[in-house]
Amino acid sequence: MSKNSEYLIERENKQYEVIIGLEVHAQVTSESKLFSQSSTKFGAEPNTQVSLVDAAFPGMLPVINEFCIEQAIKTGIGLKAKINKKSVFDRKNYFYADLPQGYQISQYKYPIVGEGKVILDMPNGQKEIGIERLHLEQDAGKSIHDIDPNNTLVDLNRSGVALMEIVSKPDLRSPDEVNVYIKKLRSIMRYLGTCDGNMQEGSLRADVNVSVRLKGETEFGTRCEIKNVNSIKFMQMAIISEANRQIDLLEEGKEIDQETRLFDTKRNETRSMRSKEDAHDYRYFPDPDLLPLEISQELIEKIKSDIPELPDEKKKRFIDKFNLSPYEATILVSDIETSNFFEEVIKNSDVKLATNWITGELFAVLNEKNLEISQSPVSTKNLSKLINIIKDGTISGKIAKTVFEQMIDGDQDPLIIVKEKGLKQESDPKAIEELIDKVIENNSDKVAEYKSGKDKLFGFFVGQAMKESKGKGNPQLINKILKEKLNG
Amino acid sequence: MSDITSQSLFELTSNIKEKKLSSEEITKAFIDRAKNSKKLNVYVTDNFEKAIDQSKKFDSNPNFDLKLPGIPIAVKDLFCTNGVRTTAGSKILNNFVPTYESTVTQNLWSQGAILLGKLNCDEFAMGSSNETSFFGNVQNPVGENLVPGGSSGGSSAAVAANLTPVTIGTDTGGSIRQPASFTGTVGLKPTYGSCSRYGIVAFASSLDQAGPMTKNVRDCSMLLEVISSFDQKDSTSIDYKRNYYSKELSKDIKGKKIGIPKEYRVDNMPDEIEQLWKNGILYAKDCGAEIIDISLPHTNYALPTYYIVAPAEASSNLARYDGVKYGFRSPGQNLIEMYEKTRSEGFGDEVKRRIMIGTYVLSSGYYDAYYLKAQKVRQLIKKDFDDAFSKVDAILTPSTPSSAFKIGEKTNDPVSMYLNDIFTVPINLAGLPGISIPAGKDKNNYPLGLQVIGKPFDEQNILNISYALEDKINFKNDISDWWLSE
Repeated sequence: MSKNSEYLIERENKQYEVIIGLEVHAQVTSESKLFSQSSTKFGAEPNTQVSLVDAAFPGMLPVINEFCIEQAIKTGIGLKAKINKKSVFDRKNYFYADLPQGYQISQYKYPIVGEGKVILDMPNGQKEIGIERLHLEQDAGKSIHDIDPNNTLVDLNRSGVALMEIVSKPDLRSPDEVNVYIKKLRSIMRYLGTCDGNMQEGSLRADVNVSVRLKGETEFGTRCEIKNVNSIKFMQMAIISEANRQIDLLEEGKEIDQETRLFDTKRNETRSMRSKEDAHDYRYFPDPDLLPLEISQELIEKIKSDIPELPDEKKKRFIDKFNLSPYEATILVSDIETSNFFEEVIKNSDVKLATNWITGELFAVLNEKNLEISQSPVSTKNLSKLINIIKDGTISGKIAKTVFEQMIDGDQDPLIIVKEKGLKQESDPKAIEELIDKVIENNSDKVAEYKSGKDKLFGFFVGQAMKESKGKGNPQLINKILKEKLNG
Repeated sequence: MSDITSQSLFELTSNIKEKKLSSEEITKAFIDRAKNSKKLNVYVTDNFEKAIDQSKKFDSNPNFDLKLPGIPIAVKDLFCTNGVRTTAGSKILNNFVPTYESTVTQNLWSQGAILLGKLNCDEFAMGSSNETSFFGNVQNPVGENLVPGGSSGGSSAAVAANLTPVTIGTDTGGSIRQPASFTGTVGLKPTYGSCSRYGIVAFASSLDQAGPMTKNVRDCSMLLEVISSFDQKDSTSIDYKRNYYSKELSKDIKGKKIGIPKEYRVDNMPDEIEQLWKNGILYAKDCGAEIIDISLPHTNYALPTYYIVAPAEASSNLARYDGVKYGFRSPGQNLIEMYEKTRSEGFGDEVKRRIMIGTYVLSSGYYDAYYLKAQKVRQLIKKDFDDAFSKVDAILTPSTPSSAFKIGEKTNDPVSMYLNDIFTVPINLAGLPGISIPAGKDKNNYPLGLQVIGKPFDEQNILNISYALEDKINFKNDISDWWLSE
């Protein structure tokens, strides 16, 4: 990264660097929970998706959902990480009303996935973020404090849902990198179908570790962990606020206490949740109800062979094969739906035009209407048609924009719009010549000026000719014939 | 025909199949006797009315192809039984009625058995005398004010007192074999993974196994045949081909190599136990077995290892009894207070002691020194047995270092109580099958047991050896029915 793009916080001639590590909790896309057969569907009535295992009834035992294991392996492969052939489920012991077993089944010493990496496309180049590990664990239930004035209510629908905790190395250095990192992680998992990345539904949350140090220092400062932040915006706000709090302390000559903090989104500040001294002693130990998890090479190979093309590879292909710029390719591959849309459109139409129309007009509309590309008001089929009639000169780019505006309304066929509105481009040289003659005739004074050297007036004639054609004149032809007439 | 309740499972089954007795007659006989045996305090919850209904139902449409046709059976109150209160001997589950059935009990009902009721046990199976039960101690039918052993004390007493033809218990460190030894009955702890743990209130998951408790070895083989099954609902259940233990039962043990571990000759072992063991060795020789001296060098570490591993797992397994979802709750001003009151009032002293020990050995800073080290020692103990079994087919030891003791004798001395399990605990740590059979009596005429330990999944072999020894020993329990109220 070049110097000028470094994210530094300034204090009286001093510059502080911010060190960030993320523990992302990603809900595994799976019909049923990690150790039971209850449904994981979001939004059900409270306590309707709870088995005896989820509610920790006496004598109930966890049974591993193999599909969740495969999803974790898949994600590990997507993170270019080492898949551990042997991993162990541990119990993390603590009491809480929404934790029915009195422990969470997680992986502590031996996670299913080891070290990997994620490549970030930053404005001034690529940056690699190390992945420390990925492990599987159960989600807890939900405590609801604001329905009953006297009691806390508990919803166990989420209890036992499979989560992947993806721990990054402390390689992130700015809120921007965090933004790109989360989006990239989400993109990879969505490509793989292992996590829907839906932050509103809590499918993706993160604990954010923040420390600061003077620029040039090599040792890390004392870190604080901000628990359970559920949007990229809040992560960024929390980082900025926490980094500044730590710097203020250092500037006052105070020490930073290693502690767990919570981000108060209303006040835009973090506050202490518990200090290191008060930290829970989770008494991790291997869950005796579950045997160590052993994964065969065959299973890994089988999953590998099912891995779809991932964003990095797709980007490279788009650049190599379609001659896209790295910027265009990055945008088109960032979301699997977008890249699928793009590839569908270019099956039958020009790549360059498709790129421009998707990243330009279509994105503008989606943005304006706050839609996902999967909800695009224009289908790939009709967008291809539009691109093809631009390409073959049936309509001009300018007319195309008018046609597009109408297409949005109910995915209309551009060919029909052009036909009904008579928007077909005039490409008959005779007809163009006629209307140019008319323009020249009506503007003899301007013609004289042009001929005396006022070259800039050429644009004026083009405009007049276009107007005369009601916008339908083929611009190349108008240009060509105008030049012949005026210069001849 | 002898009195119904004194008949073995085999006799009862034959009589039912030959239509000499109906299920209803048998069921009523056991119920009548139970009603006059309240003094023993074996039942926590009876199921008498439903049992009679079910026996009538069986008789109206009998299926004699089943292995336990219309046989009434009471089970330890650690097995969850659908619609019948299951307490684990604890106040904290005093009001708990499961909506599901443990796999092991389901296997009984699927073979035609009928639930008589739930038998007393030490709280959460933690104890060796049945004195930690919230529902009071159980009397050993062998003698008044004598403990029946534990934790399956209600089960051993019920079999010995002819209150159930057979029963099932659970064994984490000796909880089937020690009470069997104390009551002159047969008790078998199967290989870890033989019987499903699904639906059994957990004490220490890596050690718990359900097993049969019977009057003789033949009944034991039949009951094991019924309850042992592979179960996908228990991830530690093992999928292997199980024998037809009762069909394949044989007294022919000629040429079997039986190991005698020198480390089981403990200090201060009573002469009568030493003598019992010697007799067992002689009988085995009589049957044509070859006796081989072996060494299990880490035996001494088994008990301390057990009292780290078992409480560690228990401290976590019992965290779910928190007053939030089911069972006993003592209200508090806030969540923490509710937890504290519920668990302080809901658990008894021995359970609390083990939760404290378990929490301690798993704590950061102590984990490596205790839990991790114990796991390593456990591997060494297991290896001792692996090495021994490369030379022998089975191992013969006493079941317990003493006979049954008086109620109250050891309640204030937990360590001396724990020492009761010194010969049984290593077998759980190694995951092996072990059976206790009655083999003699001490000077007070109290029964004493011998233990036969086998290789993993080799239950058939230890059943056969026990069957042969049983024949030679010809043990007779003389129980005077002193407790009967009529």
